[in-house]
Amino acid sequence: MTNSVASDTTIHLSNAVVALGGFPALAGVTFGVGRGELVALRGANGTGKSTLLRLCAGLVPLTRGVAVVAGVDLLVNRVAVRPHVGLLGHRNGLYGDLTAKQNVQFVAGLVGATASDVSSALERLGIDQRVASTQASLLSAGQRRRTALAALIVRRAQLWLLDEPHAGLDAAARRELDVILRDATASGATVLYTTHEIDQVVGTPRTITLDGGCVASDVAATIGSAP
Amino acid sequence: MHTATTAAPGAAARTGTRTTRVIGVLALATTAFVVVSAFFLTPADSVQGDSVRIMYVHVPTAWVAYLAFITTAVASGFSLARRHRTLGFDRVAGASGEVGVLFMAMTLLTGSLWGRLTWGTFWQWDPRLTTTLFLFVTYVGYLAVRRIDTDPRQRARRSAVIALLAVLEIPLVHFSVVLWRSLHQEASVLSPDGDVRLDDLMLFTLFAGVAAFTLIFAWLVIHRQRLTALADIRQTVGLDAAIALRRSETRGVVK
Amino acid sequence: MNVALSVARKDLQIEWRTRMVLARVVPFALLVMVLFAVALDSEPLVLRAAAGLVWLATLFSTMLVVQRAFDIETADAAIDTLLACAVHPARVFFGKALALFVQLFALVVVLVTAAMVLYGVTVSGSRVVLLVTVVISATSGLALVGTLYGAVVANMNGRDSLLPLLALPVLAPLLIGASRATEAAFGSQTIDMANGWAWVGLLGVYGIVFGAAGSAAFSPLTESDS
Repeated sequence: MTNSVASDTTIHLSNAVVALGGFPALAGVTFGVGRGELVALRGANGTGKSTLLRLCAGLVPLTRGVAVVAGVDLLVNRVAVRPHVGLLGHRNGLYGDLTAKQNVQFVAGLVGATASDVSSALERLGIDQRVASTQASLLSAGQRRRTALAALIVRRAQLWLLDEPHAGLDAAARRELDVILRDATASGATVLYTTHEIDQVVGTPRTITLDGGCVASDVAATIGSAP
Repeated sequence: MHTATTAAPGAAARTGTRTTRVIGVLALATTAFVVVSAFFLTPADSVQGDSVRIMYVHVPTAWVAYLAFITTAVASGFSLARRHRTLGFDRVAGASGEVGVLFMAMTLLTGSLWGRLTWGTFWQWDPRLTTTLFLFVTYVGYLAVRRIDTDPRQRARRSAVIALLAVLEIPLVHFSVVLWRSLHQEASVLSPDGDVRLDDLMLFTLFAGVAAFTLIFAWLVIHRQRLTALADIRQTVGLDAAIALRRSETRGVVK
Repeated sequence: MNVALSVARKDLQIEWRTRMVLARVVPFALLVMVLFAVALDSEPLVLRAAAGLVWLATLFSTMLVVQRAFDIETADAAIDTLLACAVHPARVFFGKALALFVQLFALVVVLVTAAMVLYGVTVSGSRVVLLVTVVISATSGLALVGTLYGAVVANMNGRDSLLPLLALPVLAPLLIGASRATEAAFGSQTIDMANGWAWVGLLGVYGIVFGAAGSAAFSPLTESDS
């Protein structure tokens, strides 16, 4: 199965079913995402968006079907996909008792990134000195989200899976986030993010809509390079 | 006495097969023999008197408890190693652990009753007793983890680790308690070591007891394991219907 | 930097910033020591029980520190990132155990000092060497078992009551060994120095067994499905 997937495909799903405690959160999903693509996942609450992200991150087991992410067959070894993937859910994966910078530094220490990697990532996300030295639990939602994204940059994650990254951000912060995501895809990362707001999808190259745990529509927008 | 209820064929209608019925009948027959022989045919011990008869229950329950915990450990090992059959082995481990705790409770109960009659106290800090008590508490904790309502695979892995660690724990606990008690040389005069001279019938009854309780163990574990398997199968069968239902949600929700 | 050292440094950094062990666990442990003395209500009895009481107070405190060590990982799902970055989960295990060791070691030092002040224990001459060895080996075992069982109950409902139920029976050999060896170091009449060193041997074996078990078990324990 793996052989049939082209090397520039980051996500390949074919009739993927994920059952959580007997409930099919994903009831047969089929689509592919190429390297460097920016894709929005749309759908109402409970349509399976978050589960799809968790599947791609190797956090939930595939019940049926095929799922190959970053060259890793999730049916065979879903743990192996984790180093390549960064999942940001409603939780940012930060240590609330450490400062923003200490959080990013910790991740850098784990993957062997340097101090300059840390400062350039913080700079790219517009985290200034004052914010960087503030305890993470005291930061605003937007600042915490940016800190978590800085950690993703430091990790050099190939695939960014973002669960409603725009939630809780004001208009300016949303625009900043969109720039950050475009930046990331320009530098080779693949980004898949969920949203339930229709206006958010404007300007996104490709939008996949989920409904009832299946793909309802897959629309390549006017701008961009959908395959 | 409990065997009469556990081996009742009526309750087994759904999980019983010919094999389990044969096991059940054999368990009943051997238990009946043990009851008759233990109470009426075997003689009383010259030192311990009638209290020696507790042995025919105490020794087999201890044997079955250890057998059950070994079964749990082995099944847990397979459950961790065979990722695709995790839940199947987990069911066996859990069923065996439950039966093990039951039998170990009986071991402790019969042991302390015997101790009251023989030593004059319900409890002695004897290495074997102390180890057994710690083992009992460990598996009570194991069952507590199994009862937690969480993802079945995660629970299977975590309880498997506990079951395997329990196997490591036993020699360490036993050895440390032996070392600990050896420092206290206050060997009491009134406590015989519990060794009994067994004649042939006594020995045969003891073995029959071990056989009877082992059969009961097998009967219980097979049924318990099948019961949980049925519950799991019902969930999987439901999945197809649920997928269809989930797909039908599509219509008309999002334009 | 090594993953284990990074993890240990991070846990200690958090402790340094929050002072949870210093401000809450140490006072709790001291309170337990005082309450033991009040409950026993006899100076010779307290002196004779001192070694066991020090380790019992340490055991109870360990439950609190372990709980905390895993709550910081699961509160914002930080452990997911941690495990995604770490190639070998065993390194995360040893890192967390190392941080726990440092914190518990400091705690035991305080408690031994408290035993001298409150219970009138004296340690002199070659007994100091035995005492230091016992504290190091027992605290290592405690840190390894604590980390292992902390991972077993991490993120589970009712973990605060499950952790002691699961971990304390396993810690029984450690409690026995550490208490007896410390008794020898405290100069009790019932146990001589040679016996004390024999117990240190048991503690060493214990630590090695659970270190190996923990590094093997950490991967299946931390894998999440839902």
